[in-house]
Amino acid sequence: MDVKFPVDELILIAPEIILCGFGLLLLLIEVFLKTKSKSFLGILTLVSAGSALVFVLKLSSFSTDLFFGLYSLDSLGSLTKGLILVMLILVVIMSLRYVEREEVISGEYYPLLLFSTLGMMIMVSSKNLLTIFVGLELMSLSIYILVGLFRDNLKAAEASLKYFLLGAFASAFLVYGIALLYGSTGSLDIKGYLEVIAKGDTSTVLIIGVALIAVGFAFKIALVPFHMWTPDVYEGAPTSITAFMAAGVKSAAFVTFLRVFYTAFLPLIKQWGDILWLLAVITMSYANLTALVQQNIKRMLAYSSIAHAGYILVAFVTGEKILSSSIIYYLVAYTFMNVGAFSCVILMGRKGEENLDIDSYAGLSARHPFVAFCLTIFLLSLTGVPPLAGFMAKFYVFSTAIKAGYVWLAIIGVLNSVVAAYYYLRVIMYMYFRDPVKEIGRIDLSPSYILVSLICIFFLIYTGILPRELMLLAEGAVSVFF
Amino acid sequence: MTGMPILSIIIFFPLVGAFLLLFIPRQRDFAIKSTALFFSVIEFFLSLPLFFLFDDTKKGMQFVEKRSWFPEWGINYFLGIDGISLLLILLTTFLTVLCVLCSWNDIKIKVKEYYVSFLFLETAMIGTLCALDLVLFYIFWELMLVPMYLLIGVWGGPRRIYAALKFFLYTMAGSVLMLLAIFVLYYLYFKEKGVFTFNVLELYHAHVPISLQYILFSAFALSFAIKVPMFPFHTWLPDAHTEAPTAGSVILAGVLLKMGTYGFLRFAIPLFPKAAFDAVPLISILAIIGIIYGAIVSMMQPDLKRLIAFSSVSHLGYVMLGMFAFNMQGVEGSIYQMLNHGISTGGLFLLVGMIYERRHTRMISDFGGLSSVMPVYAIFFMIVTLSSIALPGTNGFVGEFLILLGAFKAKKLYGILGATGVILGAVYMLWMFQRVMFGVIKHEENRQLKDLCGREVFILSCIVFFIVFMGVYPKVFFKKMDVTVHEFLNFVKERNAYYASTEDPQKLSSIIKLRGER
Repeated sequence: MDVKFPVDELILIAPEIILCGFGLLLLLIEVFLKTKSKSFLGILTLVSAGSALVFVLKLSSFSTDLFFGLYSLDSLGSLTKGLILVMLILVVIMSLRYVEREEVISGEYYPLLLFSTLGMMIMVSSKNLLTIFVGLELMSLSIYILVGLFRDNLKAAEASLKYFLLGAFASAFLVYGIALLYGSTGSLDIKGYLEVIAKGDTSTVLIIGVALIAVGFAFKIALVPFHMWTPDVYEGAPTSITAFMAAGVKSAAFVTFLRVFYTAFLPLIKQWGDILWLLAVITMSYANLTALVQQNIKRMLAYSSIAHAGYILVAFVTGEKILSSSIIYYLVAYTFMNVGAFSCVILMGRKGEENLDIDSYAGLSARHPFVAFCLTIFLLSLTGVPPLAGFMAKFYVFSTAIKAGYVWLAIIGVLNSVVAAYYYLRVIMYMYFRDPVKEIGRIDLSPSYILVSLICIFFLIYTGILPRELMLLAEGAVSVFF
Repeated sequence: MTGMPILSIIIFFPLVGAFLLLFIPRQRDFAIKSTALFFSVIEFFLSLPLFFLFDDTKKGMQFVEKRSWFPEWGINYFLGIDGISLLLILLTTFLTVLCVLCSWNDIKIKVKEYYVSFLFLETAMIGTLCALDLVLFYIFWELMLVPMYLLIGVWGGPRRIYAALKFFLYTMAGSVLMLLAIFVLYYLYFKEKGVFTFNVLELYHAHVPISLQYILFSAFALSFAIKVPMFPFHTWLPDAHTEAPTAGSVILAGVLLKMGTYGFLRFAIPLFPKAAFDAVPLISILAIIGIIYGAIVSMMQPDLKRLIAFSSVSHLGYVMLGMFAFNMQGVEGSIYQMLNHGISTGGLFLLVGMIYERRHTRMISDFGGLSSVMPVYAIFFMIVTLSSIALPGTNGFVGEFLILLGAFKAKKLYGILGATGVILGAVYMLWMFQRVMFGVIKHEENRQLKDLCGREVFILSCIVFFIVFMGVYPKVFFKKMDVTVHEFLNFVKERNAYYASTEDPQKLSSIIKLRGER
């Protein structure tokens, strides 16, 4: 069979090519780089992310399948890619200082960031399960290494190994699920499944396959009970990578999860309503209750990220295509609050002394009112206090649940957000109401963190007060399901 | 005045002040204080025209502003006031000036943050009173929590952290359920009329099935009842009041609690009239329990602020009792009592704050015989105390009298039980006054106490002026709300009859009769 490679379609994946090319280039440059100027690599990463973002924006009006259906370009993919790249840019700006401070091996750090971003982008813009799997693995493998980049740190090594082992398991589940689906339907394209399921001939093998795929995604999204890795990994990883994982991996995995299930398995979501319902409730409640007693702020944010996955699942459970735009909105808002919060967490520390326990935050408002103010905004947004984006996101998700008739789920959800308010407010309380309990020394108040914080704050306030544009974008993105 | 967005100006003017304060260097306390004072005074004068330009013969909302915000969802920036919110807005701007003044020497740490929070709070409060779009209302409603949380937690007393958290979590737990109820109503209205809207004036006309009304009313009522606070949801109040700084207590008692009662009037009752009418026995009984329980508990309090806090529970019980009498006297008295409570309880907190600044204690047993050392203070204290007891000639009398009249008219038993609270009120207030002011001076520290300074005399004179003015010439205020209250009662009665008729077709005739009366 003579298959001609569609060269003219290459331009449509320019963002991916840019990231990949720059990633390889950076690996090379690092070898020949004589000076120890580490920010040079960071700036190159920024340039690549920025130009990829420009291309994503330019290509956002296209909607087509590429390379014989292995890859696609559509509004959902473009919006998510844009989000991921913005997130990457924020993380890299933070890293400019963080890498220098912690003496991270930058020659590997930045290329790996680029590769895992590339993985995410591949993941969210394909309708073919194999491509999705390749993207997911590219993302995951890069992150396994990034988590363990502090080789001498025991916690980091533990986190990396744990994440790798459990992640490998999850990948195995996923790929096994894909294999079973292929075996029962003969297709890898998610649109192909729709016809099979619509016909109603759902074999046991197919159902098991779908369930295994769901487990694989649930692991990446960190839904209870597949969350065991999250607190340890979030705590052990370099904080910039924690931000990257909490925002990027979660968004990419959730969007892919959404795409796969809402395109192909929507009838099954309705059938599995009760199971998913329970999963959402357990995820929210367990994570929020556990977060209440955390003393380490990274662990607290880890549990909070699990809880937020639970809130998003509330919208997911409804199985209403049109309402799934709330998931996209939530992910966007969540990305900015999380990256912002982690940027504040990073700047509290120094080399070898991260000041992660909540006592370090006591009395912060008196010494560093600006930092305390920024972190307060992020925590309030995570709590869901208007007029910040976090409120609008919750507003959107819970109105979705009410509209779809999941009243009890919504009630449990909002009550959970009250529980969550306690541990977010607790940090605010330490910063404003308590006197300092220990000397934390100079904090790392570098412009790179402040810039990230300010961008995030601006975004949270702007989309909180004027949510319209973003919500319409999100609605446009999920129009791919129709 | 149609061209000028006067309500928006009044809402956001304090926010501008708060923003400007951020740029004043931290060390310049005086500049910060005077800027805050300047903004609050100008704000008060800005709100005065509302009172004079408000047309008290017109029905419906005035000074309406409507801008589209999120048209696809039917969310609008929709503001407007009627006779009820008008008076509460004036109360807010008035009390804020006094609060800024009374914090002058009281607040010594983080002065800047304090005034920023205060002005921010003022924006949120006025916004809540003006909003006619449920989303806008909810945003302002939740926004009030944050500055109040900080006010209690940063500048409060020894148990401030506990009190601040309790305040925040209690109120938030109530309001999130209200948010869900708002969604239910929103989609219900969409199903019925095919339009997405959060506009409360349109939602008034939604047809809510009666069984659903009970649920939605409970969700709204829970949220508001926590804020009021009605017995048995009052437990956060004594803690919050006791621990908050003086100005915080004043604004909490004066305005924030009124948000709960205002919420009943504006949202819970007209949106779900049938449920509201059916809830009359329950709410009246809870209100009466609140009146008596609050009075008895405050009798036994050793701490002045806690005593006043529990007296708030009692006073707010009157407000609820009057409101749920659903007649002219009851509802007007209830609104009047909201204002009274803001003035006289606010005044009491100010007075306690002044003595606390001097002695750093609020225990009744630490005082005694103050009237001989601080005669001016004692006079003011006496007047405010009498107003709180509702002595004829003071504002309190007008409100309580009307409420009891309304309650008698609605059901004699409620009136009789409610009236016992008046006696109990006199008991705990006068007994407290006697223990603090009269007798011999038992503590040596009290001999050197200085009497009030000019600033304090000015603050209290403002309070006393309104106590007397509202007591002897209430007509000025009633005139503003007569039409609104009349319209409100007509509306809810008609809607109630309409819902009742959906249950029983024969009752349709009663609606026709009601329409005929109008």
